Amino acid sequence: MPLELLESPDLDADKREGLWTLNFGPQHPATHTTLRLVLQLDGEMVIDAEPDIGFLHSGFEKLGEVLDFNQYVTIVNRMNYVSPMANEIAWHHAVEKLLGVELTPRCKYIRTIFAELMRMHDHLLCLGTCVLDLGGATAFMYAFNEREAIYEICERASGQRFHTSYTRVGGLLYDVTDDWVKMVKDFVRNFPKAYRDFSGLVMKNRIFVERTRDVGVLSREEAIEGGATGPTARASGVARDLRRDEPYLAYDDFDFDICASQGGDCYARFQVRMMELLESVKIIEQAIDKLPKGPVFAGESGKTGMPDKKEVYRSIEGLIHHFESVMPNRQMPCPKESIYAATESPNGELGYYIVGDGTFRAYRARTRPPSILHFALFSKLIRGCMLSDVAAVLGSINIIAAELDR
Amino acid sequence: MATQINKQLGDNIFLTTLDAAASWGRAHSLWPMPFATACCGIELMSTAASKHDLSRFGSEVMRFSPRQCDLMIVAGRVVMKMLPVLQRIWLQMPEPKWCISMGACACTGGVFDTYAVVQGIDRFMPVDVYVPGCPPRPEQLIRSIIDLQEKIQSGGTINAREFKLRILPEGPSRFDEDELIRIRERNGFKLEDQKYDPVH
Amino acid sequence: MSNETCGSNTSEVEALKSRLADSLSGVTLEWSEFREQVRVVCPANELLKCLSAFKASGFDQLTDLTAVDLLEYGNVNDRFEVVYCLLNIDTGMRLIAKTYLNEPDLTIPSATSVWFGADWLEREVYDMYGIVFSGHPNFKRLLLPDDFQSFPLRKDYPIKGRGERHNFPVITRAES
Repeated sequence: MPLELLESPDLDADKREGLWTLNFGPQHPATHTTLRLVLQLDGEMVIDAEPDIGFLHSGFEKLGEVLDFNQYVTIVNRMNYVSPMANEIAWHHAVEKLLGVELTPRCKYIRTIFAELMRMHDHLLCLGTCVLDLGGATAFMYAFNEREAIYEICERASGQRFHTSYTRVGGLLYDVTDDWVKMVKDFVRNFPKAYRDFSGLVMKNRIFVERTRDVGVLSREEAIEGGATGPTARASGVARDLRRDEPYLAYDDFDFDICASQGGDCYARFQVRMMELLESVKIIEQAIDKLPKGPVFAGESGKTGMPDKKEVYRSIEGLIHHFESVMPNRQMPCPKESIYAATESPNGELGYYIVGDGTFRAYRARTRPPSILHFALFSKLIRGCMLSDVAAVLGSINIIAAELDR
Repeated sequence: MATQINKQLGDNIFLTTLDAAASWGRAHSLWPMPFATACCGIELMSTAASKHDLSRFGSEVMRFSPRQCDLMIVAGRVVMKMLPVLQRIWLQMPEPKWCISMGACACTGGVFDTYAVVQGIDRFMPVDVYVPGCPPRPEQLIRSIIDLQEKIQSGGTINAREFKLRILPEGPSRFDEDELIRIRERNGFKLEDQKYDPVH
Repeated sequence: MSNETCGSNTSEVEALKSRLADSLSGVTLEWSEFREQVRVVCPANELLKCLSAFKASGFDQLTDLTAVDLLEYGNVNDRFEVVYCLLNIDTGMRLIAKTYLNEPDLTIPSATSVWFGADWLEREVYDMYGIVFSGHPNFKRLLLPDDFQSFPLRKDYPIKGRGERHNFPVITRAES
């Protein structure tokens, strides 16, 4: 906890000479991969922090102009790599909005379940690694143990733990089986105990509370004007959640609350994430009980999406439909328009601005990552805090470097 | 002769060469330095977590300071802004040191054949073990650590002589074939004019 | 997609247009709608006036700022399109404001005076496309190294680059 917060750390020129520069380099122990901060310190107090990013810039947006809508999903889930399927769901939500494809109820429910599982995945990592950065290795182990259960659920559905590339335009790669449903129900049943273990270690822990209370305070106006979304903004009092305000997939059918807080400090951001874990469990419970039967692909009659494999192998219409969906010069026509569509990813509002040019490939696929605006706010959050608070603040705003740099 | 001596000495004393003893010690206490850039970094963290526990194999701590480690695990894609940092950290590590290139992006550039991503760190740095996968499962990474342990055990020397022999760069050349073609085309070089082109 | 939502959307747009009528009286705006999203095209020389008017009429969050290179789009007159995605936190209404730029004059005023969150987004647009934002507090490249020469997201830059990714020294095992 900082001893005193500076109101306006504007220093005169002679005082500035006494500052020393610390390079919190791109390779550092705070487990947030490749970020660089150049800190100006007066003793232990941070006067200024200038972030330097781009150490993971891989040309994602250029790849979006080369790969088509179904191929780009493999790249998109490498952006927010702690909750990969959330990116895929957001990408295909935007593509389906552009193409005007309506999903089947079963597909919507499965995607909703995966979106909430990924939300838990991301929050567990954020909380676990931040506590690890502050020194508590046990909580990290507990959080990762729960994440292993979610990895197994993803693997049962799609074949891969991570980077599943599970969604397609109009549907999913494979339908889910009954033992997948059983796995999800077991997970939901076992999670509250693990949650109690984890929160008992962390949330009332005096060291953790002292290190995160009143550290890195973000006011409501700064959050709105700076473009913060998701748990970072909700912890500052901006009670906005796209699942309730612009409902997509099947969120209208479920009964859940929005978690927000007034504090705006690191502890509030953690509290919001912990509460959201419980809300996600509620949504998954309701969804898995009411999972509708039916096809997962949007069907052949409307020519919107891939047909069922049984039809492809047994009927000539299915074969032709499959051929038309896959061959590059014959796919679904796309309007020559542009849209912006966003979903509530675990980190905030993950939006895609897609410009279509008539072919099945995006002319411009822009990702609006939540992390870049949060990291731009970092220099405001860290002023007046101590050097050891840098790890706490970095962990609480949950920067994912690949999403930041694309 | 050696077996006769062994029988006389009993089970508490065994004879070996200094190289083998040093290699045994080094192989079974590899402290990794996780150079985790992207998604493979998360799988590295999962490998170090409690389900697939990496510290069973000697990697008890993951020190983030290069001066305290002997194994660098490059996990994730390396972009051109990050490559000088990677090389600098590799040079800061004390001998003996080994490098594991984890994941498709560190081995060859992976899915990212773009202007910014280095197409394999072995073009610029010496690598001992390659782990394919996107991302590789924790079991694959553990297998690569075991393979590295066997490599150290079989070829290791006490004064690190085996590293001094590797004087040539071991990876592919810095330039891709198609980049060479693009550079030549920009300089006005036409392939049809030449009778023999080693690129094709 | 029921009649109600279309109706309320249209009435919101009409209310917005009437609020903007006095502050933007001399400016020609082209309004359009697609899949319930409202888009407006502002002229480049009146851009800052339009953005301030939008902020004053309730759009207090800048969600995204990006650009599109229309070189290969066909049937357009301009090369670059700069897009501002705006959001009204209280009502939840979204607006997409666009403006068009042509070479050689790729300079427009910076939106950091209206929303400070535009800071890094504009640096990224400069980094990728070469569009200069005048009046920006800290104008330099964001994602690529400072000495990188080209603007990668332009359509005339190849995806594999022009050899920049391999321009580094090689370290062998013996010398390290």
